[in-house]
Amino acid sequence: MFDLLRDLFSYAFIVRAMVVGILVALCAALLGVTLVLKRYSMLGDGLSHVGFGTLAIAMSLHLAPLEVSIPVVLLAAFCLLRISESSKIKGDAAIALISSSALAIGVVVISMTTGMNTDVCNYMFGSILAMSKSDVMLSMAVAVVVLVLYVFSYNRIFSVTFDESFAKATGMKVARYNMLIAFLTAMVIVVGMRMMGAMLISSLVIFPALTSMRVFSSFKRVVLCSAVLSVACFFIGLTASFALSTPTGASVVLVNLAAFCLFSAAAKLGIKA
Amino acid sequence: MTILSCRNVSLSYDGKTAVEDAGFEVVRGDCLSIIGENGSGKSTLMKGVLGLLKLDSGQVELHGSRRTEIGYLPQQTVVQKDFPASVREVVLSGCLNRRGFFPFYSRGDRARAEENLERLGIADLARASYRDLSGGQQQRVLLARALCAAKTLLMLDEPVAGLDPVAASGFYALLEKLNRDGMTLVMISHDLSSALRYGNKILHMSKKPLFYGETREYLKTSLYRRMTSAAEVNESEWR
Repeated sequence: MFDLLRDLFSYAFIVRAMVVGILVALCAALLGVTLVLKRYSMLGDGLSHVGFGTLAIAMSLHLAPLEVSIPVVLLAAFCLLRISESSKIKGDAAIALISSSALAIGVVVISMTTGMNTDVCNYMFGSILAMSKSDVMLSMAVAVVVLVLYVFSYNRIFSVTFDESFAKATGMKVARYNMLIAFLTAMVIVVGMRMMGAMLISSLVIFPALTSMRVFSSFKRVVLCSAVLSVACFFIGLTASFALSTPTGASVVLVNLAAFCLFSAAAKLGIKA
Repeated sequence: MTILSCRNVSLSYDGKTAVEDAGFEVVRGDCLSIIGENGSGKSTLMKGVLGLLKLDSGQVELHGSRRTEIGYLPQQTVVQKDFPASVREVVLSGCLNRRGFFPFYSRGDRARAEENLERLGIADLARASYRDLSGGQQQRVLLARALCAAKTLLMLDEPVAGLDPVAASGFYALLEKLNRDGMTLVMISHDLSSALRYGNKILHMSKKPLFYGETREYLKTSLYRRMTSAAEVNESEWR
Protein backbone atom coordinates (compact mmCIF):
# COMPACT_ATOMS: atom_id res chain seq x y z
CA MET A 1 0.00 0.00 0.00
CA PHE A 2 2.75 2.40 1.02
CA ASP A 3 4.77 1.44 -2.04
CA LEU A 4 1.77 2.05 -4.24
CA LEU A 5 1.32 5.55 -2.86
CA ARG A 6 5.01 6.30 -3.20
CA ASP A 7 4.90 5.14 -6.81
CA LEU A 8 1.81 7.20 -7.36
CA PHE A 9 3.32 10.44 -6.14
CA SER A 10 6.59 9.94 -7.96
CA TYR A 11 4.87 11.05 -11.17
CA ALA A 12 4.51 14.79 -11.45
CA PHE A 13 1.41 14.55 -13.66
CA ILE A 14 -0.36 12.41 -11.08
CA VAL A 15 0.45 14.85 -8.31
CA ARG A 16 -1.03 17.61 -10.46
CA ALA A 17 -4.12 15.53 -11.19
CA MET A 18 -4.48 14.75 -7.48
CA VAL A 19 -4.32 18.41 -6.48
CA VAL A 20 -6.74 19.59 -9.16
CA GLY A 21 -9.05 16.62 -8.61
CA ILE A 22 -9.28 16.99 -4.85
CA LEU A 23 -10.01 20.70 -5.11
CA VAL A 24 -12.60 20.18 -7.85
CA ALA A 25 -14.20 17.30 -5.96
CA LEU A 26 -14.42 19.39 -2.80
CA CYS A 27 -16.02 22.39 -4.52
CA ALA A 28 -18.35 20.27 -6.63
CA ALA A 29 -19.60 18.45 -3.53
CA LEU A 30 -20.35 21.69 -1.67
CA LEU A 31 -22.27 23.17 -4.58
CA GLY A 32 -23.86 19.81 -5.35
CA VAL A 33 -25.83 19.72 -2.11
CA THR A 34 -27.66 22.89 -3.08
CA LEU A 35 -28.07 21.90 -6.73
CA VAL A 36 -29.52 18.50 -5.88
CA LEU A 37 -31.88 19.88 -3.25
CA LYS A 38 -33.06 22.68 -5.52
CA ARG A 39 -33.71 20.14 -8.28
CA TYR A 40 -31.03 21.74 -10.44
CA SER A 41 -28.89 18.61 -10.85
CA MET A 42 -29.35 18.81 -14.60
CA LEU A 43 -27.52 22.13 -14.56
CA GLY A 44 -24.20 20.38 -13.99
CA ASP A 45 -24.88 17.98 -16.81
CA GLY A 46 -25.94 20.74 -19.20
CA LEU A 47 -22.90 22.87 -18.38
CA SER A 48 -20.45 20.04 -18.98
CA HIS A 49 -21.97 19.34 -22.40
CA VAL A 50 -21.76 22.99 -23.32
CA GLY A 51 -18.17 22.88 -22.08
CA PHE A 52 -17.46 19.98 -24.42
CA GLY A 53 -18.86 21.92 -27.37
CA THR A 54 -16.72 24.96 -26.63
CA LEU A 55 -13.60 22.86 -26.07
CA ALA A 56 -14.13 21.27 -29.46
CA ILE A 57 -14.54 24.61 -31.16
CA ALA A 58 -11.53 26.08 -29.35
CA MET A 59 -9.43 23.11 -30.38
CA SER A 60 -10.40 23.36 -34.02
CA LEU A 61 -9.63 27.08 -34.09
CA HIS A 62 -6.33 26.48 -32.25
CA LEU A 63 -7.36 28.68 -29.33
CA ALA A 64 -6.55 28.11 -25.68
CA PRO A 65 -9.27 25.75 -24.40
CA LEU A 66 -9.91 27.31 -20.99
CA GLU A 67 -9.96 30.94 -22.09
CA VAL A 68 -12.74 30.11 -24.54
CA SER A 69 -14.67 27.68 -22.35
CA ILE A 70 -14.91 29.71 -19.18
CA PRO A 71 -16.83 32.71 -20.57
CA VAL A 72 -19.07 30.56 -22.76
CA VAL A 73 -19.94 28.16 -19.95
CA LEU A 74 -20.59 31.07 -17.58
CA LEU A 75 -22.97 32.49 -20.17
CA ALA A 76 -24.60 29.06 -20.51
CA ALA A 77 -25.01 28.88 -16.73
CA PHE A 78 -26.82 32.20 -16.81
CA CYS A 79 -29.15 31.04 -19.61
CA LEU A 80 -29.83 27.62 -18.11
CA LEU A 81 -30.71 29.16 -14.77
CA ARG A 82 -33.06 31.63 -16.44
CA ILE A 83 -34.72 28.74 -18.29
CA SER A 84 -35.18 26.61 -15.18
CA GLU A 85 -36.69 29.54 -13.31
CA SER A 86 -39.15 30.48 -16.01
CA SER A 87 -42.42 28.71 -15.53
CA LYS A 88 -43.38 28.88 -19.18
CA ILE A 89 -40.72 26.56 -20.56
CA LYS A 90 -40.26 23.10 -19.12
CA GLY A 91 -36.87 23.60 -17.49
CA ASP A 92 -35.56 20.03 -17.54
CA ALA A 93 -36.55 19.48 -21.16
CA ALA A 94 -34.92 22.76 -22.21
CA ILE A 95 -31.68 21.84 -20.46
CA ALA A 96 -31.66 18.46 -22.21
CA LEU A 97 -32.17 20.24 -25.53
CA ILE A 98 -29.34 22.67 -24.96
CA SER A 99 -26.91 20.06 -23.69
CA SER A 100 -27.47 17.60 -26.53
CA SER A 101 -27.28 20.42 -29.07
CA ALA A 102 -23.97 21.63 -27.65
CA LEU A 103 -22.64 18.08 -27.73
CA ALA A 104 -23.76 17.65 -31.34
CA ILE A 105 -22.14 20.93 -32.38
CA GLY A 106 -18.92 19.84 -30.71
CA VAL A 107 -18.91 16.45 -32.42
CA VAL A 108 -19.63 17.93 -35.86
CA VAL A 109 -16.96 20.62 -35.47
CA ILE A 110 -14.39 18.04 -34.44
CA SER A 111 -15.19 15.66 -37.28
CA MET A 112 -14.97 18.51 -39.79
CA THR A 113 -11.56 19.65 -38.60
CA THR A 114 -9.31 17.21 -36.80
CA GLY A 115 -11.42 14.10 -37.19
CA MET A 116 -12.51 11.82 -34.37
CA ASN A 117 -9.26 11.04 -32.63
CA THR A 118 -8.06 10.32 -29.13
CA ASP A 119 -8.44 14.00 -28.20
CA VAL A 120 -12.19 13.68 -28.56
CA CYS A 121 -12.22 10.56 -26.47
CA ASN A 122 -10.16 12.38 -23.84
CA TYR A 123 -12.60 15.25 -23.71
CA MET A 124 -15.57 12.93 -23.46
CA PHE A 125 -14.22 10.58 -20.82
CA GLY A 126 -11.35 12.49 -19.33
CA SER A 127 -7.61 12.11 -19.24
CA ILE A 128 -5.29 12.24 -16.31
CA LEU A 129 -2.59 13.64 -18.58
CA ALA A 130 -4.64 16.74 -19.32
CA MET A 131 -3.58 18.72 -16.25
CA SER A 132 -0.82 21.24 -16.79
CA LYS A 133 0.86 23.54 -14.28
CA SER A 134 -1.43 26.41 -15.24
CA ASP A 135 -4.45 24.15 -14.58
CA VAL A 136 -3.17 23.56 -11.07
CA MET A 137 -2.92 27.30 -10.49
CA LEU A 138 -6.35 27.90 -11.97
CA SER A 139 -7.99 25.16 -9.94
CA MET A 140 -6.42 26.50 -6.77
CA ALA A 141 -7.73 29.97 -7.54
CA VAL A 142 -11.22 28.64 -8.28
CA ALA A 143 -11.19 26.50 -5.14
CA VAL A 144 -10.21 29.45 -2.96
CA VAL A 145 -12.96 31.59 -4.47
CA VAL A 146 -15.58 28.86 -4.09
CA LEU A 147 -14.60 28.01 -0.52
CA VAL A 148 -14.49 31.60 0.69
CA LEU A 149 -17.78 32.55 -0.96
CA TYR A 150 -19.41 29.33 0.23
CA VAL A 151 -18.38 29.77 3.85
CA PHE A 152 -19.45 33.41 3.88
CA SER A 153 -22.79 32.76 2.21
CA TYR A 154 -23.42 29.43 3.92
CA ASN A 155 -26.46 30.53 5.95
CA ARG A 156 -27.97 32.39 3.05
CA ILE A 157 -27.35 29.49 0.69
CA PHE A 158 -29.24 27.31 3.16
CA SER A 159 -32.13 29.72 3.23
CA VAL A 160 -32.31 30.04 -0.56
CA THR A 161 -32.10 26.28 -0.95
CA PHE A 162 -34.75 25.50 1.64
CA ASP A 163 -37.31 28.13 0.76
CA GLU A 164 -36.79 30.69 -1.96
CA SER A 165 -40.10 32.49 -1.44
CA PHE A 166 -39.47 33.00 2.25
CA ALA A 167 -35.93 34.20 1.62
CA LYS A 168 -37.15 36.64 -0.99
CA ALA A 169 -40.11 37.83 1.08
CA THR A 170 -37.83 38.62 4.00
CA GLY A 171 -35.63 40.79 1.84
CA MET A 172 -32.88 38.55 0.49
CA LYS A 173 -31.53 39.02 -3.02
CA VAL A 174 -32.43 35.49 -4.08
CA ALA A 175 -31.58 35.88 -7.77
CA ARG A 176 -28.08 37.01 -6.85
CA TYR A 177 -27.43 33.87 -4.82
CA ASN A 178 -28.85 31.58 -7.50
CA MET A 179 -26.55 33.22 -10.00
CA LEU A 180 -23.59 32.87 -7.65
CA ILE A 181 -24.25 29.15 -7.29
CA ALA A 182 -24.62 28.67 -11.04
CA PHE A 183 -21.42 30.62 -11.81
CA LEU A 184 -19.37 28.76 -9.23
CA THR A 185 -20.69 25.47 -10.59
CA ALA A 186 -19.72 26.52 -14.11
CA MET A 187 -16.17 27.34 -13.01
CA VAL A 188 -15.76 24.07 -11.15
CA ILE A 189 -17.06 22.08 -14.10
CA VAL A 190 -14.82 23.76 -16.64
CA VAL A 191 -11.75 23.15 -14.50
CA GLY A 192 -12.60 19.53 -13.71
CA MET A 193 -13.99 18.57 -17.07
CA ARG A 194 -10.84 17.65 -18.95
CA MET A 195 -9.71 15.28 -16.26
CA MET A 196 -13.07 13.71 -15.39
CA GLY A 197 -14.55 13.93 -18.88
CA ALA A 198 -17.54 15.90 -20.10
CA MET A 199 -19.78 12.87 -19.76
CA LEU A 200 -18.69 12.08 -16.22
CA ILE A 201 -18.00 15.39 -14.42
CA SER A 202 -21.59 15.93 -13.33
CA SER A 203 -21.33 12.83 -11.15
CA LEU A 204 -18.94 14.80 -8.89
CA VAL A 205 -21.76 17.28 -8.34
CA ILE A 206 -24.56 14.82 -7.78
CA PHE A 207 -23.16 11.70 -6.13
CA PRO A 208 -21.69 13.03 -2.86
CA ALA A 209 -24.81 15.02 -2.03
CA LEU A 210 -27.18 12.15 -2.76
CA THR A 211 -24.98 9.72 -0.86
CA SER A 212 -24.74 11.78 2.31
CA MET A 213 -28.46 12.52 2.26
CA ARG A 214 -29.13 8.80 2.68
CA VAL A 215 -27.74 8.86 6.19
CA PHE A 216 -27.41 12.43 7.44
CA SER A 217 -30.39 14.58 8.24
CA SER A 218 -29.16 18.06 9.01
CA PHE A 219 -27.95 20.43 6.32
CA LYS A 220 -24.61 21.08 7.95
CA ARG A 221 -23.86 17.38 8.33
CA VAL A 222 -24.90 16.67 4.74
CA VAL A 223 -22.57 19.42 3.49
CA LEU A 224 -19.62 18.28 5.63
CA CYS A 225 -20.13 14.62 4.78
CA SER A 226 -20.40 15.40 1.05
CA ALA A 227 -17.14 17.31 1.12
CA VAL A 228 -15.22 14.60 2.97
CA LEU A 229 -16.79 11.80 0.96
CA SER A 230 -16.13 13.46 -2.37
CA VAL A 231 -12.46 14.03 -1.62
CA ALA A 232 -12.07 10.48 -0.28
CA CYS A 233 -13.78 8.96 -3.32
CA PHE A 234 -11.60 10.95 -5.67
CA PHE A 235 -8.44 9.89 -3.88
CA ILE A 236 -9.45 6.21 -3.87
CA GLY A 237 -10.63 6.41 -7.49
CA LEU A 238 -7.41 7.97 -8.76
CA THR A 239 -5.25 5.53 -6.80
CA ALA A 240 -7.28 2.59 -8.08
CA SER A 241 -7.08 3.85 -11.64
CA PHE A 242 -3.30 4.00 -11.27
CA ALA A 243 -3.02 0.54 -9.74
CA LEU A 244 -5.46 -1.16 -12.13
CA SER A 245 -4.73 0.96 -15.25
CA THR A 246 -8.38 1.98 -15.59
CA PRO A 247 -9.56 5.38 -16.87
CA THR A 248 -9.48 7.97 -14.07
CA GLY A 249 -12.87 9.64 -14.51
CA ALA A 250 -14.76 6.37 -14.76
CA SER A 251 -12.91 4.91 -11.75
CA VAL A 252 -13.82 7.90 -9.61
CA VAL A 253 -17.47 7.58 -10.64
CA LEU A 254 -17.47 3.90 -9.75
CA VAL A 255 -16.00 4.57 -6.32
CA ASN A 256 -18.74 7.17 -5.82
CA LEU A 257 -21.31 4.59 -6.87
CA ALA A 258 -19.90 2.11 -4.36
CA ALA A 259 -20.13 4.74 -1.61
CA PHE A 260 -23.70 5.46 -2.60
CA CYS A 261 -24.62 1.76 -2.35
CA LEU A 262 -22.86 1.50 1.01
CA PHE A 263 -24.71 4.53 2.43
CA SER A 264 -28.03 3.32 1.03
CA ALA A 265 -27.52 -0.04 2.70
CA ALA A 266 -26.63 1.71 5.96
CA ALA A 267 -29.82 3.77 5.72
CA LYS A 268 -31.84 0.60 5.09
CA LEU A 269 -30.33 -0.87 8.23
CA GLY A 270 -31.61 2.15 10.11
CA ILE A 271 -28.34 4.00 10.58
CA LYS A 272 -29.17 7.70 10.71
CA ALA A 273 -27.20 10.61 11.97
CA MET B 1 -52.34 52.61 13.75
CA THR B 2 -52.26 51.43 10.15
CA ILE B 3 -49.19 49.32 9.44
CA LEU B 4 -49.93 48.09 5.92
CA SER B 5 -52.10 49.53 3.21
CA CYS B 6 -52.74 48.38 -0.35
CA ARG B 7 -54.56 50.46 -2.91
CA ASN B 8 -55.84 49.46 -6.36
CA VAL B 9 -53.47 46.51 -6.60
CA SER B 10 -53.58 44.54 -9.85
CA LEU B 11 -51.43 41.51 -10.59
CA SER B 12 -51.11 39.01 -13.37
CA TYR B 13 -49.80 35.50 -13.29
CA ASP B 14 -48.54 33.74 -16.42
CA GLY B 15 -49.90 36.57 -18.52
CA LYS B 16 -53.42 36.32 -17.13
CA THR B 17 -54.93 38.83 -14.78
CA ALA B 18 -55.19 37.22 -11.37
CA VAL B 19 -56.00 40.15 -9.11
CA GLU B 20 -57.83 43.27 -10.14
CA ASP B 21 -58.07 46.46 -8.16
CA ALA B 22 -57.73 44.96 -4.69
CA GLY B 23 -57.25 47.11 -1.63
CA PHE B 24 -57.13 46.73 2.10
CA GLU B 25 -55.64 48.21 5.24
CA VAL B 26 -54.20 46.45 8.22
CA VAL B 27 -54.20 48.11 11.63
CA ARG B 28 -51.89 46.93 14.39
CA GLY B 29 -53.44 43.98 16.20
CA ASP B 30 -55.74 43.05 13.33
CA CYS B 31 -56.35 39.57 12.07
CA LEU B 32 -57.35 39.92 8.43
CA SER B 33 -58.71 36.77 6.80
CA ILE B 34 -58.52 36.59 3.02
CA ILE B 35 -61.10 34.16 1.69
CA GLY B 36 -62.26 33.04 -1.73
CA GLU B 37 -62.38 30.03 -4.00
CA ASN B 38 -59.38 28.32 -5.60
CA GLY B 39 -57.84 30.56 -8.22
CA SER B 40 -59.48 33.69 -6.86
CA GLY B 41 -56.10 35.41 -6.52
CA LYS B 42 -55.62 35.16 -2.75
CA SER B 43 -52.08 33.81 -2.84
CA THR B 44 -51.15 36.00 -5.79
CA LEU B 45 -52.28 39.08 -3.89
CA MET B 46 -50.23 38.08 -0.86
CA LYS B 47 -47.15 37.47 -3.01
CA GLY B 48 -47.64 40.86 -4.58
CA VAL B 49 -47.84 42.52 -1.17
CA LEU B 50 -44.65 40.73 -0.11
CA GLY B 51 -42.82 41.82 -3.25
CA LEU B 52 -42.49 38.30 -4.67
CA LEU B 53 -44.48 39.26 -7.76
CA LYS B 54 -44.39 42.53 -9.61
CA LEU B 55 -47.49 44.68 -9.34
CA ASP B 56 -49.12 45.65 -12.62
CA SER B 57 -50.50 48.70 -10.90
CA GLY B 58 -51.37 50.03 -7.49
CA GLN B 59 -49.39 50.65 -4.31
CA VAL B 60 -48.37 48.68 -1.27
CA GLU B 61 -47.25 50.82 1.63
CA LEU B 62 -45.72 49.79 4.89
CA HIS B 63 -46.01 52.24 7.74
CA GLY B 64 -43.44 52.12 10.48
CA SER B 65 -41.81 48.87 9.48
CA ARG B 66 -39.54 47.69 6.73
CA ARG B 67 -40.23 44.96 4.24
CA THR B 68 -37.62 42.77 5.88
CA GLU B 69 -39.56 42.84 9.14
CA ILE B 70 -42.55 40.91 7.87
CA GLY B 71 -42.86 37.24 8.74
CA TYR B 72 -44.15 34.97 6.00
CA LEU B 73 -45.48 31.44 6.17
CA PRO B 74 -45.61 30.22 2.57
CA GLN B 75 -47.29 27.07 1.36
CA GLN B 76 -44.99 24.10 1.59
CA THR B 77 -43.07 23.20 -1.55
CA VAL B 78 -42.11 19.80 -2.93
CA VAL B 79 -38.45 20.59 -2.28
CA GLN B 80 -39.07 20.86 1.46
CA LYS B 81 -40.84 17.54 1.97
CA ASP B 82 -37.61 15.55 1.85
CA PHE B 83 -35.14 18.22 2.90
CA PRO B 84 -32.29 17.21 5.20
CA ALA B 85 -32.27 20.04 7.73
CA SER B 86 -32.56 20.13 11.48
CA VAL B 87 -35.45 22.07 12.99
CA ARG B 88 -33.00 24.51 14.54
CA GLU B 89 -31.38 25.23 11.17
CA VAL B 90 -34.76 26.01 9.63
CA VAL B 91 -35.92 28.26 12.48
CA LEU B 92 -32.60 30.12 12.64
CA SER B 93 -32.83 30.94 8.95
CA GLY B 94 -35.72 33.24 9.90
CA CYS B 95 -33.20 35.50 11.65
CA LEU B 96 -31.20 36.13 8.46
CA ASN B 97 -33.18 39.22 7.52
CA ARG B 98 -31.78 41.14 10.47
CA ARG B 99 -28.20 40.11 9.74
CA GLY B 100 -27.49 42.75 7.11
CA PHE B 101 -24.09 42.14 5.55
CA PHE B 102 -22.77 40.02 8.37
CA PRO B 103 -23.17 36.41 7.25
CA PHE B 104 -23.26 34.49 10.54
CA TYR B 105 -25.83 34.21 13.32
CA SER B 106 -25.26 36.08 16.56
CA ARG B 107 -25.93 34.79 20.05
CA GLY B 108 -29.04 36.95 20.09
CA ASP B 109 -30.34 35.19 16.97
CA ARG B 110 -29.85 31.80 18.58
CA ALA B 111 -31.67 32.94 21.71
CA ARG B 112 -34.49 34.28 19.56
CA ALA B 113 -34.79 30.97 17.72
CA GLU B 114 -34.90 29.02 21.00
CA GLU B 115 -37.48 31.40 22.38
CA ASN B 116 -39.76 30.90 19.38
CA LEU B 117 -39.33 27.13 19.49
CA GLU B 118 -40.33 27.32 23.16
CA ARG B 119 -43.28 29.57 22.38
CA LEU B 120 -44.71 27.10 19.85
CA GLY B 121 -44.09 24.07 22.03
CA ILE B 122 -41.54 22.41 19.77
CA ALA B 123 -38.35 23.03 21.78
CA ASP B 124 -37.90 19.28 22.19
CA LEU B 125 -37.79 18.88 18.41
CA ALA B 126 -34.89 21.33 17.89
CA ARG B 127 -32.43 18.59 16.95
CA ALA B 128 -34.91 16.52 14.95
CA SER B 129 -34.81 16.43 11.19
CA TYR B 130 -37.43 18.48 9.42
CA ARG B 131 -38.22 15.69 6.98
CA ASP B 132 -39.10 13.25 9.78
CA LEU B 133 -41.80 15.50 11.28
CA SER B 134 -45.56 15.28 10.85
CA GLY B 135 -47.36 17.89 8.76
CA GLY B 136 -48.54 19.77 11.84
CA GLN B 137 -45.07 19.83 13.37
CA GLN B 138 -43.51 21.01 10.11
CA GLN B 139 -46.01 23.84 9.96
CA ARG B 140 -45.10 24.87 13.52
CA VAL B 141 -41.44 24.91 12.57
CA LEU B 142 -42.18 27.19 9.62
CA LEU B 143 -44.26 29.41 11.90
CA ALA B 144 -41.36 29.62 14.35
CA ARG B 145 -39.12 30.66 11.47
CA ALA B 146 -41.64 33.29 10.40
CA LEU B 147 -41.79 34.60 13.98
CA CYS B 148 -38.00 34.99 13.99
CA ALA B 149 -38.35 37.22 10.95
CA ALA B 150 -41.46 39.12 12.06
CA LYS B 151 -41.50 42.24 14.10
CA THR B 152 -45.16 43.11 14.03
CA LEU B 153 -46.74 41.53 10.98
CA LEU B 154 -47.17 37.91 9.94
CA MET B 155 -48.52 36.81 6.57
CA LEU B 156 -49.83 33.26 6.38
CA ASP B 157 -50.71 31.46 3.16
CA GLU B 158 -53.22 28.71 3.99
CA PRO B 159 -51.54 27.81 7.25
CA VAL B 160 -53.58 24.69 7.93
CA ALA B 161 -53.68 23.23 4.40
CA GLY B 162 -53.12 19.50 4.57
CA LEU B 163 -53.34 19.27 8.37
CA ASP B 164 -55.73 16.89 10.08
CA PRO B 165 -58.56 18.56 12.07
CA VAL B 166 -56.85 18.16 15.46
CA ALA B 167 -53.56 19.62 14.22
CA ALA B 168 -55.47 22.38 12.43
CA SER B 169 -57.38 23.51 15.50
CA GLY B 170 -54.18 23.36 17.56
CA PHE B 171 -52.51 25.56 14.98
CA TYR B 172 -55.38 28.06 14.99
CA ALA B 173 -55.17 28.20 18.77
CA LEU B 174 -51.49 29.14 18.44
CA LEU B 175 -52.31 31.86 15.95
CA GLU B 176 -55.05 33.21 18.18
CA LYS B 177 -52.62 33.42 21.06
CA LEU B 178 -50.02 35.21 18.91
CA ASN B 179 -52.68 37.66 17.82
CA ARG B 180 -53.73 38.30 21.44
CA ASP B 181 -50.07 38.89 22.31
CA GLY B 182 -49.99 41.71 19.76
CA MET B 183 -48.90 40.10 16.50
CA THR B 184 -50.81 41.39 13.49
CA LEU B 185 -51.93 38.61 11.15
CA VAL B 186 -52.91 38.48 7.50
CA MET B 187 -54.11 34.98 6.77
CA ILE B 188 -55.36 33.25 3.66
CA SER B 189 -57.93 30.75 4.73
CA HIS B 190 -59.74 27.98 2.97
CA ASP B 191 -62.45 27.33 5.46
CA LEU B 192 -64.96 30.03 6.07
CA SER B 193 -65.84 29.16 9.67
CA SER B 194 -62.32 29.61 11.05
CA ALA B 195 -61.77 32.69 8.89
CA LEU B 196 -64.83 34.26 10.53
CA ARG B 197 -63.98 33.00 13.96
CA TYR B 198 -60.41 34.27 14.12
CA GLY B 199 -60.46 37.23 11.77
CA ASN B 200 -61.76 40.62 12.82
CA LYS B 201 -61.62 41.70 9.19
CA ILE B 202 -62.55 39.86 6.01
CA LEU B 203 -61.36 40.31 2.45
CA HIS B 204 -63.41 38.16 0.10
CA MET B 205 -61.65 37.78 -3.25
CA SER B 206 -62.83 36.61 -6.62
CA LYS B 207 -60.13 38.25 -8.74
CA LYS B 208 -61.76 41.49 -7.64
CA PRO B 209 -62.47 42.12 -4.01
CA LEU B 210 -66.14 41.25 -3.41
CA PHE B 211 -66.12 42.39 0.18
CA TYR B 212 -63.67 44.12 2.47
CA GLY B 213 -64.53 45.18 5.99
CA GLU B 214 -65.27 44.12 9.54
CA THR B 215 -66.31 40.52 10.07
CA ARG B 216 -69.60 41.48 11.73
CA GLU B 217 -70.49 43.54 8.66
CA TYR B 218 -69.64 40.61 6.43
CA LEU B 219 -72.11 38.40 8.31
CA LYS B 220 -74.91 40.74 7.23
CA THR B 221 -74.11 40.61 3.51
CA SER B 222 -75.96 38.58 0.90
CA LEU B 223 -72.54 37.29 -0.15
CA TYR B 224 -72.14 35.59 3.21
CA ARG B 225 -75.64 34.12 3.04
CA ARG B 226 -74.90 32.76 -0.42
CA MET B 227 -71.64 31.22 0.83
CA THR B 228 -73.28 29.53 3.77
CA SER B 229 -76.31 28.30 1.85
CA ALA B 230 -73.95 26.89 -0.79
CA ALA B 231 -72.13 25.09 2.00
CA GLU B 232 -75.41 23.76 3.33
CA VAL B 233 -76.46 22.55 -0.11
CA ASN B 234 -73.13 20.81 -0.44
CA GLU B 235 -73.59 19.18 2.92
CA SER B 236 -77.12 18.00 2.18
CA GLU B 237 -75.91 16.58 -1.13
CA TRP B 238 -73.35 14.64 0.82
CA ARG B 239 -76.02 13.18 3.01
